[in-house]
Amino acid sequence: MEALKQELKGKIIEVLNLEDIAVADINDNDALFGDGLGLDSIDALELIVMLDKDYGIKLVDPKEGKVIFKSIETMAAYINENRVK
Amino acid sequence: MTAGKTYIKSFCTIQNNQVWLNGDVVFGTESTVFSDFSKKAYQHLEINYPKFFKMDNLSKLAFLGAELLLKTENNSSEENNTALVFANKSSSLDTDVKYQNSISDPENYYPSPAVFVYTLPNICLGEISIRHQLKSENSFFIFADYNPIFMENYSNILLKTGKADKVLCGWVEYYNEDYKAFLYLVDKEGELEHNKEILKQLYNQ
Repeated sequence: MEALKQELKGKIIEVLNLEDIAVADINDNDALFGDGLGLDSIDALELIVMLDKDYGIKLVDPKEGKVIFKSIETMAAYINENRVK
Repeated sequence: MTAGKTYIKSFCTIQNNQVWLNGDVVFGTESTVFSDFSKKAYQHLEINYPKFFKMDNLSKLAFLGAELLLKTENNSSEENNTALVFANKSSSLDTDVKYQNSISDPENYYPSPAVFVYTLPNICLGEISIRHQLKSENSFFIFADYNPIFMENYSNILLKTGKADKVLCGWVEYYNEDYKAFLYLVDKEGELEHNKEILKQLYNQ
């Protein structure tokens, strides 16, 4: 689980082009949207694509994203339970 | 100011890994790819705007030019009626091709929303408007070549009909690492006359 969290932090920085942020800057429970990393709606869509592409998880209800993408902790937990690759 | 005349208040050119402002080189790097050059220019200009790194290359090019010319202008959104009139030859083709490549393989079909949103050339005007809090007129035209006659006429109409107080004009061309940006700010006051001959001369400097 710890390795997955680190992996996710690296992927988010790379996929979302967070040039000024390092893996060490992201805490497991930091909010990814709003006051945390400050991600926006397009970033949310990119994260949905990333779940599909890298972990084989297809989100059919976009509302689920609000809970899943709350933090690295919640993302890792969801991926751990639902991944098919 | 002479009645009816308009003026070029400032101008800049970005090409060949160099940034020129009002005829002087203000930044340059050794030969490199645009992503590296644009990042170094961003750092050199001490810009603090993380969304820059999410933009496509056309928007980065336009953004850097606008940053050079607008950062010293009045930033009050209520008073800042600066229109944007831009043009180029290749539209957003560079990003269009990247997006097409991401959806061309049915076995590896993962369209990127972040790339898709840049598959229109006028998105760069939105980026500039957000950055500088502009709620003004904006237009992006596609021409076969740099067209100073059209740009002069269009920006003068905006100024003389009161649609804008100033006009930021730009030729921002980017395709496959081949790029050139020439931006200039047109005002009702100034010293350098705004006409097609001067625009041709500055573009070719």
